[in-house]
Amino acid sequence: MDLAMSLLEARGLSKSYGNVRALEDVDLELEAGEIHALMGENGAGKSTLIKLLSGAELRDGGIMRMVGAEVNPRDPLDAQALGISTVYQEINLVPTLSVEENLFLGRYPQRLGRIDWKEVNRRAAKALAKLDLQIDPRTLVAELPIALQQLVAIARALDIRAKVLILDEPTSSLDAAEVARMFELLRQLRREGLGILFVTHFLDQVYTISDRVTVLRNGRLVGTHKTSELPRLSLVAAMLGRNESDVSQELTGRPTNALGEQSLVAKGLGLRGTVEPFDLALHRGEVVGLAGLLGSGRTEQARLLFSLDHPDRGVVELQDGTRPKTPRQSLRAGVGLVPEDRKKEGLALNLSVRENIVLALQAKRGWLRRLPRREQEAIVERYIQALNIRTPSPETPVGRLSGGNQQKVVLARWLAVQPNVLILDEPTRGVDVGAKQEIERLIAGLRDEGLAILLIATEIEDVARQSHRVIVLRDGRQIGELVGEEAQPSRIMQLISGDTA
Amino acid sequence: MKAWVWALIALVALLLLNAATTSGFFAIKMVDGHLYGSLVDIFQHAAPVIIVGLGMTLVIATGGVDLSVGAVVAIAGTLAALLIGKGFALATVLTAVLATGLALGLVNGLLVSVGRIQPIVATLILMVAGRGVAQLLSDGQILTFTNPGLVFFGNGHILGLPFALWIVALLLLLMSLFTRGTAFGMFVETVGDNPVAARFTGIDARGVLLTVYTVTGLCAAVAGLVIAGQTNAADANNAGLYLELDAILSVVLGGTALTGGRFTLVGTLLGALVLQTLTTTILTKGVAVELTLVVKAAVVLAVCLIQSPEFRVHVFRKRPA
Repeated sequence: MDLAMSLLEARGLSKSYGNVRALEDVDLELEAGEIHALMGENGAGKSTLIKLLSGAELRDGGIMRMVGAEVNPRDPLDAQALGISTVYQEINLVPTLSVEENLFLGRYPQRLGRIDWKEVNRRAAKALAKLDLQIDPRTLVAELPIALQQLVAIARALDIRAKVLILDEPTSSLDAAEVARMFELLRQLRREGLGILFVTHFLDQVYTISDRVTVLRNGRLVGTHKTSELPRLSLVAAMLGRNESDVSQELTGRPTNALGEQSLVAKGLGLRGTVEPFDLALHRGEVVGLAGLLGSGRTEQARLLFSLDHPDRGVVELQDGTRPKTPRQSLRAGVGLVPEDRKKEGLALNLSVRENIVLALQAKRGWLRRLPRREQEAIVERYIQALNIRTPSPETPVGRLSGGNQQKVVLARWLAVQPNVLILDEPTRGVDVGAKQEIERLIAGLRDEGLAILLIATEIEDVARQSHRVIVLRDGRQIGELVGEEAQPSRIMQLISGDTA
Repeated sequence: MKAWVWALIALVALLLLNAATTSGFFAIKMVDGHLYGSLVDIFQHAAPVIIVGLGMTLVIATGGVDLSVGAVVAIAGTLAALLIGKGFALATVLTAVLATGLALGLVNGLLVSVGRIQPIVATLILMVAGRGVAQLLSDGQILTFTNPGLVFFGNGHILGLPFALWIVALLLLLMSLFTRGTAFGMFVETVGDNPVAARFTGIDARGVLLTVYTVTGLCAAVAGLVIAGQTNAADANNAGLYLELDAILSVVLGGTALTGGRFTLVGTLLGALVLQTLTTTILTKGVAVELTLVVKAAVVLAVCLIQSPEFRVHVFRKRPA
């Protein structure tokens, strides 16, 4: 008795990569004339879902219907023919071609077997006019600002007679005025009856433009709600995987050890466009938590503190007065960073467990003072024991280990350096429960030994439980600091969501 | 299993093939206190490729490539012939030639590491310009020389063995010590395997890149001296022509992947020997000259394929019917 069949309906979509389940049994309905926000933290399954809908990947299970009829897009072209167009975060235009060439790439109108450039120009002008874009169709795409490129990409998607428009973080590189302009366009398209699926990290945008919002978490559907009926706090709770009843639950038993002197101080550290200037002091024996949603600037702050990015203002100063300017200087000054993405930023996957563990220590000593093989083996043996790293042998390529054990290898690498300050960006992401507990115990042990630790984690409960104080970030800014018992998950979420209640 | 095993197998197979079809292939004679024989010839001819290949191995291990080595060989040879002709002392000439190779390698390194130009493009500049410079230096003429010191690089013997072999042995030893006796080799492999992780770990990737291209420039200069010595002449047009390709091929045949990461110097040595043995075999078997390159390509392709684990799985795994 489907009175109004959904424009696009997905039931029980699943997708695994190897033995990692990226998406499990997810439902989604998109109506004509609707703007539907899709939200979730890292690894929630947003991009996987989009790839399945847009035909970029084939689903393992589930069913897709358009206006009641089953569809199975085999590839993006096929999906476009069905009326599903996707604009990705990285704009997929050819920068060295003109706007009109991009608009009709792969489907140029032809006449007598040749491209009908007059027709191309005429239709391009029409497509741009429809979106109120004042661009000469003959301009090179590379010459346009990013925001306009993004709009051209949308124009291209629309000209393929799209019924469904999927936008993957279309606003991440736009400023406020450009976002407003894009929203104007989206509203116009909504009036014309398009169904728009819109991925974003920004809560404000969700409430500004979307009719409904679907939240994913760890590859599963958390729920779909009317945006107007969903309080911000509940949205954040859904993304972070907490029941609203938990919100009031008090958390006790956080660290109470005494703190030593300052190990690291950041003064007015900032980078335009990503991190507003901030101050931070880390003390010996202290764990400071950084909480905030994806894109709130938590990883960006960590990068500045480790001198991976060059700040355009402010300084980082260590206890002994050194001011590192490069990761190498940070390493030598006793700062360590366990990065968020261990495969991309942490490990040399084809090198052995041994090599990966001694790497930072060796870098600190310099290439001339090679650690003798025997010493390397002793160090590696010690950390394999201490962290309970499960590996067939120290010479196994680290890429063959499980995620949790890979993470422990990165941790071991930094412990071997014996740093004074350790920045941990999502140290327990993607590791199993056992490994997570081991890593948390390890963090507590390091803290008691007098390390200063900056802990970043999406799971706010993890942050709150392990930290002496929690700094909350939103849109690249520190918006609050909660000390000791104040740092309850409920308070943190209120700050993140911007709910003043 | 070591990465160079396949190159070793190929080499042994080629040698056995030759031994079975050419009587006395392994025979080595002593004439005038010098060793002669096919094996010595193969080594002697392969020497320039091995020397350049050792440097190239490090460059490729960082995920790069150096196309300019052939041009550096031409410059080195021309410069040596020119300076010796002007009456400079041998020591001065050698110092100048090696310093030039070092400087040219440094330029490549700067373009890649500081200039962040893709290695293939950065070294293409010197590949084209370098040969032009060599031709300018020599006025397009082949410069001959008789200086016994320079000739020694190509034709000299020590303890019965060609001097070029001693250079190869010494370079292999030095490079092995340089890369494996220090932590440099591990840094090279890390930069090649994951440059982002190298940076996150505090490795000076820029310094690593600068070093490997400089070392390769130096190797190319040494190879330039050997080639000039073998012919008693510097030919700016032809010396070291396509040497970069043979060197890259040797590295790959030896088991160092073009994608960067793990490298093996011994493998490159074996790879270069496979190439040279193949060439020698083709020549002695009287394969039509027009066919030699095709035969060479086929063998190289076979060795490359057999090295690929994916290929081996596809071809050799018995699939359930």
